[in-house]
Amino acid sequence: MKYIETSNRAVWSRLSTPVILVAIVLMIAAITMVREDVVFERVVIVMFINLLLVVGLQTFMGNSGLGSFGQYAFVLIGAYASIWFSLTPQQKNLALPDMPKDWWLYDQQYPFVAAVLAAGLVAMVVGAIIGIAFVRLRGASFTIATFAFLIVVHSVALQWEQVTRGSRTVIGIPRYTSLWIAAAWAIAVILVGYVFKESTIGLKLRASREDEDAAASIGVNVKLMRWLGWTLSVFLSGIGGALWAHFIQQFSPQSFYLKETFLIVAMLVIGGSASVSGAVIGAVAVAMTSEGMRQFENWWNLERQTETDIGAILPFQLIGFTEIVIALAMILILVLRPSGIMGGRELSWPFGSSGGPPATVVEDAQPAALAHQDPVS
Amino acid sequence: MITDAAQYLISALSLGGLYALMALGLVIVYGILKLINFAYGELIMVAGYGMLIIGRSPWPWIFVAILSVICAILAALVMERVAFRPVRNSSPTTMLITSFAVSALLQNLALLIISPRPQVPRLPDYFSRNFSVRGVRIAALDLMGLIVSVLALILLTLFLRRTVIGLSLRAAADDFTMTRLMGVRANMVIAVAFAISGLMAGIVALFWIGNTRSTTPTIGLEPVLIAFIASVVGGMSSMKGAVLGGYVLGFLTIGLQTWLPQDINAYRDAVLFGIVILVLLVRPEGIVRPAYSREAR
Repeated sequence: MKYIETSNRAVWSRLSTPVILVAIVLMIAAITMVREDVVFERVVIVMFINLLLVVGLQTFMGNSGLGSFGQYAFVLIGAYASIWFSLTPQQKNLALPDMPKDWWLYDQQYPFVAAVLAAGLVAMVVGAIIGIAFVRLRGASFTIATFAFLIVVHSVALQWEQVTRGSRTVIGIPRYTSLWIAAAWAIAVILVGYVFKESTIGLKLRASREDEDAAASIGVNVKLMRWLGWTLSVFLSGIGGALWAHFIQQFSPQSFYLKETFLIVAMLVIGGSASVSGAVIGAVAVAMTSEGMRQFENWWNLERQTETDIGAILPFQLIGFTEIVIALAMILILVLRPSGIMGGRELSWPFGSSGGPPATVVEDAQPAALAHQDPVS
Repeated sequence: MITDAAQYLISALSLGGLYALMALGLVIVYGILKLINFAYGELIMVAGYGMLIIGRSPWPWIFVAILSVICAILAALVMERVAFRPVRNSSPTTMLITSFAVSALLQNLALLIISPRPQVPRLPDYFSRNFSVRGVRIAALDLMGLIVSVLALILLTLFLRRTVIGLSLRAAADDFTMTRLMGVRANMVIAVAFAISGLMAGIVALFWIGNTRSTTPTIGLEPVLIAFIASVVGGMSSMKGAVLGGYVLGFLTIGLQTWLPQDINAYRDAVLFGIVILVLLVRPEGIVRPAYSREAR
């Protein structure tokens, strides 16, 4: 009887997590719609896209325990690939003037949803190929390799004018990513990320995170699981890039580099990389904080510029303050609570607790992804 | 033809020497902690701003240089104490992410406190001088870089081979746990490793900024990337490998600049980092295998 109860609760918790996460996204979207504040809406759309990217990153990084600094390579590929498929030939003339007119790609134009999926697929194909090699690496070597790949993609994008317009900004992209479209994609990716984590593949991948050799010894094909997780993760990153491209409307390879990489890694680490809830909470928390900081920065700099009573005593212009706060938060989390805000748990219903923490039966046995291995001192 | 070769050799040896120092600064910490310190480039930035601020004093430049190097060493020690010591027992991935955060923190602090714009520190005028010996034009900066880097390498080797601390450092890089069982204090060894790392960054900063002639918050990025390439290619677990990697990269860089057509040179970074990925895959221990090592990854 006891066991049945436990498993019932486990099922409940499994179902409740995606419901809660989706509800959070829907609630934020609804509040934004009601407020009708254009600036706020922009902030929320960017947040949804980041949330999507962080969940995409979590799909691989959280489940496998390997760090990826190369995710933005695929966001870049997704962003450019999406405009190859979404723009009409006339629009391409403006946005990508160096693309030869007799290319097959030049005449392709599809509805937005198809273009986004196609962009994800392009990123996925690239990632799947390079992934065959990457999954052989472990630990820090893996992270360095992904980072090296980001630099390779970045510098190729800067030079390959036919498909990216080189270092110049691509302009004239229609804005297809609205608030609800961003929310819908974010929800879809949350569900995909959660289902993947709970799937057999996800379970095997998490097992390999805890102990690679032990997992292999019970028949887990660690490299294959990593490759599957990686491939899904870069697919989601590509989708994120496509959505971002059709929101921001103009970008260059510089828009997908270290600062951006730092932001999504920070969001994931702060939220807690071992659970989808951690990714969502991290993305929302960091986005809200940086928006608050940004407003504070603006207020500060404006007061200073206009030399009001307060402005006169403000010693310097605030630049980069947001990043400082995020970096500090990240270091504090890594030092004090390496498993992040969520500590590797998923959000779940707060009822059914006759004793012990409710609904964490499934998750309890997991230490967080990044807090283990080889004690040095 | 011979003068060309001589010029090439001097530039390459000078650049390679500095790259070797950069790679050593990374590897000496990695050997012990398995921490790839992303924030290493920010030590160069700290030394750069040290030059800028201390350079405003009327002191002779050589004092300014020494004090700036000391700034970098102090920054490295503080970094270790505040950020890296608490995460020392975590996985390499966690440590790498921590150093990523430290790097972002320092860069943005510089942005906030100093300025996002490039600042020009006081540099001695012999830095920009050229002279020629038998028709070979030599930049004074190149020659000094060559001499200082070789000197630093010799002194470091002596330090590592002839002193007890140096011996502990080398032993710790081979097997940290065993070294500690022998009574070597972990905190001391790690602090010394970071201090050396800071020293290398400081020395490199003098010449790097001597060359770019300005300091920005992101000045550390390029050197740290170079140090990555050099140390991965040479061998993350071997100091010899790091030095070798540095010189190889120096020769390669100058060689590519001299002989490769401009439009292919644009892909230089792609090629270099492609090589990094390849080395990681095919020969993860780099050119030089460590003499002795437990499961190094």
